[in-house]
Amino acid sequence: MSGEAPKDLDSRREETLGAISSASDPGTLEEVRVRTLGKSGWLTEKLKELGKLAAEQRKEAGANLNRMREEFQAFIEKKRQELEQAEVAKKLAKERIDVTLPGRGETRGGLHPVTKVRLRIEQLFRQAGFTVASGPEIEDDFHNFEALNIPSDHPARAMHDTFYFPDGRLLRTHTSPVQIRAMLSGKPPFAVIAPGRVYRNDHDVTHSPMFHQVEGLMVDEGITFANMKAMLHGFLEAFFERDLEMRLRPSYFPFTEPSAEVDMSCVLCGGAGCRVCKHTGWLEISGCGMVHPRVLEAGGVDPEKYSGYAFGMGIDRLAMLRYGVNDLRLFFENDLRFLTQFRAG
Amino acid sequence: MRVPMSWLREFVDVPWSARELGSRLTMSGFELEALETAAPAFSGIVVAEIVEAARHPQADKLQVCKVRAGGASSKGEALLQIVCGAANARAGLKTALATVGAKLPGGHAIAAAKLRGVESFGMLCSAKELGLADSSEGIIELPADAPVGQDLRACMQLDDEILELNVTPNRGDAMSVLGIAREVAALTRSTVRLPEPAPAMALQETFPVRLSAPAGCPKFTCRVVRGINNKTPSPPWLRERLRRAGLRPISPVVDITQYVMLELGQPMHAYDLNKLKGGLEARFARPGEAATLLDGKEIKLTPDVVVIADQSGPVGMGGVMGGLASSCTADTTDILFEAAFFPPAAIAGRGRRYGLVTDAGQRFERGVDPAHQERAISHATGLLLSIAGGKAGPTHVVQDSDALPKRAEVALRRERIGRLLGTTIADNDVKATLESLGMRVLASADGWLVTPPSHRFDINIEADLIEELARVVGFESIAEADATVRQKVRALPEGSPVESQALEILAGRGYQEAITYAFVDPARQNKLFPGVVTPVISNPISSDMAVMRASLWPGLLKVAQENLRRQQDRVRLFEHGARFAENSETDLIAGIAIGSRRPEQWGMESQPVDFFDVKQDLDALFARTGASDEFGYVTDTLECLHPGRSARITRCGKTIGWIGELHPQLVQEFDFTYAPILFEVDYQQALAAKMPRFEEISRFPRVRRDLAVVVDEKVSLRQLIDRVTFAASSLLRDIRVFDVFRGPGIETGRKSVALGLIFQDNSRTLADEDADRLLAAIRADLSATLGAGFRE
Repeated sequence: MSGEAPKDLDSRREETLGAISSASDPGTLEEVRVRTLGKSGWLTEKLKELGKLAAEQRKEAGANLNRMREEFQAFIEKKRQELEQAEVAKKLAKERIDVTLPGRGETRGGLHPVTKVRLRIEQLFRQAGFTVASGPEIEDDFHNFEALNIPSDHPARAMHDTFYFPDGRLLRTHTSPVQIRAMLSGKPPFAVIAPGRVYRNDHDVTHSPMFHQVEGLMVDEGITFANMKAMLHGFLEAFFERDLEMRLRPSYFPFTEPSAEVDMSCVLCGGAGCRVCKHTGWLEISGCGMVHPRVLEAGGVDPEKYSGYAFGMGIDRLAMLRYGVNDLRLFFENDLRFLTQFRAG
Repeated sequence: MRVPMSWLREFVDVPWSARELGSRLTMSGFELEALETAAPAFSGIVVAEIVEAARHPQADKLQVCKVRAGGASSKGEALLQIVCGAANARAGLKTALATVGAKLPGGHAIAAAKLRGVESFGMLCSAKELGLADSSEGIIELPADAPVGQDLRACMQLDDEILELNVTPNRGDAMSVLGIAREVAALTRSTVRLPEPAPAMALQETFPVRLSAPAGCPKFTCRVVRGINNKTPSPPWLRERLRRAGLRPISPVVDITQYVMLELGQPMHAYDLNKLKGGLEARFARPGEAATLLDGKEIKLTPDVVVIADQSGPVGMGGVMGGLASSCTADTTDILFEAAFFPPAAIAGRGRRYGLVTDAGQRFERGVDPAHQERAISHATGLLLSIAGGKAGPTHVVQDSDALPKRAEVALRRERIGRLLGTTIADNDVKATLESLGMRVLASADGWLVTPPSHRFDINIEADLIEELARVVGFESIAEADATVRQKVRALPEGSPVESQALEILAGRGYQEAITYAFVDPARQNKLFPGVVTPVISNPISSDMAVMRASLWPGLLKVAQENLRRQQDRVRLFEHGARFAENSETDLIAGIAIGSRRPEQWGMESQPVDFFDVKQDLDALFARTGASDEFGYVTDTLECLHPGRSARITRCGKTIGWIGELHPQLVQEFDFTYAPILFEVDYQQALAAKMPRFEEISRFPRVRRDLAVVVDEKVSLRQLIDRVTFAASSLLRDIRVFDVFRGPGIETGRKSVALGLIFQDNSRTLADEDADRLLAAIRADLSATLGAGFRE
């Protein structure tokens, strides 16, 4: 059998290249490949026939056929990639989604704004080296009053509208009893805050019978009024994340001496005077003072050796100022339209 | 405490405006709560004299007055014609005239008008119309010497400013004009001026008094005044001062006792002398004794109450309120003034016990100057003689000096001032400041010995003196200074729950935190927890806030109801707070879920939330402990839960809480559309974490075998898993429940539970035969113990 005429081979090559080029899908392309390069493809057959040729002819014809095979392989591969890319593009074009549709599943709830503020207060004081303590909400007279230098029939008791139980126990009117509990449970130095719910028999636009306070107590050798001022001012600026003025105004609490009310420049008007600060430019934010020697004694601390300060602030009030809430009662109505406004963070 | 500036200035020089004084007093401990003027804004009101008053021709109740108001015409003084409806309009009366163009309080302008055909050029005013009284009968009556034509504001000093000051309970001595004047004097380092009345003694008569309980009443001064006219009204200046201080004038005798109390701080009383039987005795009440006081109420006295009694029994509750029977009336002509001293301990709380919070009681329980009774009674007598006439006897003083409070010397150490305040005060400032407060100051080796004045009940220890120094020198003068504290790393138990993270788990699962009251409606609580007893508040705000909560559920259910009423269709709430039992408080975390399982959304069918959704939320919480296998759900129920859809939650076998669907009866009663799912667990028990412990990771593949077990309905998954775990070896690593099926192919009363069993070994690859052998053992056990069948 003689070699095919070069002219025939050329036309078969043209024909094959044309078929590859016009293949419109990977299946057609594969058919062309099998027809050409498969086990019984025409080019494979031709290569098999090479052995029948004379050595001289075989070399030239072999080189020719192998070159053609490589050419077909490369061209088929190129075409396959093109077709695959087109396929993917077509598939992707079909798989478009509306990315603006909402995601599926649960939506986030959130913490109560008073809790958020309480946790923030705890975090700030922890940074300053305080520990967080707690005490019972149903208290006895000793911890709530007696140990805090408020004997029975003391006029200061009239400042606390107290809820009583028939056995003489009461709902704590402030977080100050935790001062006593903290001191009795350890040795100085003390650096403690005690946030929690407190109760007063008072219910109107600006009073809730249950509200939140945070008590602070720092007792060590050489703790001064000046230290208390620095701590409170530092706390208020850190809490509100701004510079603000603070002043201490003499006041009276039976368990501190000297006692002071803490005023800070109004965070709403910056001190210019507005409805919230009753046009004084100041907001009353806390009560504080140097722990009364009798209270230190009640806590088992020697007032000759140690001194300390204590303070109490309304968490609800801080939350109102922080978030611009204008009605205390909203905190306890638990209206979801209100609560969900504080989901962030 | 209301202090008119005009009154204050009689006692002390004030170099400041009222506002400036107010802020200085605020910064020394007497907070200015309000600053008012003695009258609201008005203008064009002048003093006028009625020259002639005649009946209106057309109206019985009106008079046509001719009024002199200082205006002049070419013919001399002009008379204005004013139509007036007041019955007390009469010739010769000096009163207030709103001239044409005047502005009354509230801005109402006066114009000339015709009243029933008679022209009127202005209006004669009542005290009420000028904002000087809440009610008044007739037009204002001014003193006869009021200058006609003078502006009323000037005539009556109506631009006088009134400081409303908050006096703290430790400062009884400051509850008077004199007391505030002393504070001003300390701030200005000046002195107060005291009235020194010495009314003539025209009678020799004294009234017998005996002190039988010196601890309750160690000093009693009294004075007889006979022949007074108590029908005459108090003079305008006195009435006006009382009004500015916030009191209503009544009669000269009462007005004077009030006036002296407001001015000097000494509460006083006046008896109708002719109603007293025998002498007076100050003693403690006798068992069973009762008294009818000025307010008309009869009270039963306890033996710790001081009474003033005559032969007939108590004629007053000492230091709190006088008795009705011996009280003065308009007809009273002879009186006995009382100015006594009652120690705070004998008065404190007594009035409140009977609901009697009186000006006298408030002052005595805070401390009244025990050296001031003579001055007060002289002052009152002098005023009475000048206003109501009469003749006075001598001041009769009965006292037990031993029982009167003594002011002890208090040592003040120089070094302690700095140690407490963190600032130093110069020695001469210390001395001058304390002296300006009326204290006697002597030098001592390490500081001073200080004796407070008789009126100060609040200076007993060194810290009290340091407070006075700081207060008068000014807290603002103490510079802030950071404390130098000992550094110490504190314990941080890794297993303690971190609250913010625990709450965040529930928040992340769609729950919103609520804070509800710790006291709840007993009726609601009893419906949910019949028979559970919690502390009952003796004086609740209202009957639906009367008992302490036995659970957070009553509050959460209420909040859920309210939110559903506000058109929320899906409510998920939780709360972290205390539950109260008779003698304990437990910190809980509780929640409620109601409405659809997931928020309404596309691509997901809406189904009501059920037990298992919430169980998964709880398991997420428990997973924080790293000890999920310690938690169990035991079939059990509470009265308020659906008996078939509730469980007791345990940790290591110990009950830590409950979960379940609200009982259908309560669902109906509380008007829920869907049954709420509730949970409540002990916060500490549910969240105390186990510290993680590393375990070897197996490098060998896992083998899974699925097993569909058919068991009776009553067999719980827990029982099934316990048996499987028991029967398999430690090679069983995990069990997954992937189907629970009832229906065709399964007998009634039985169910098919499909389990995926995961086996793995740490030391070798498990062969199929190993897994088959384990499975066979499990099947054998389940058949034998639970009567299980198997589906292929």
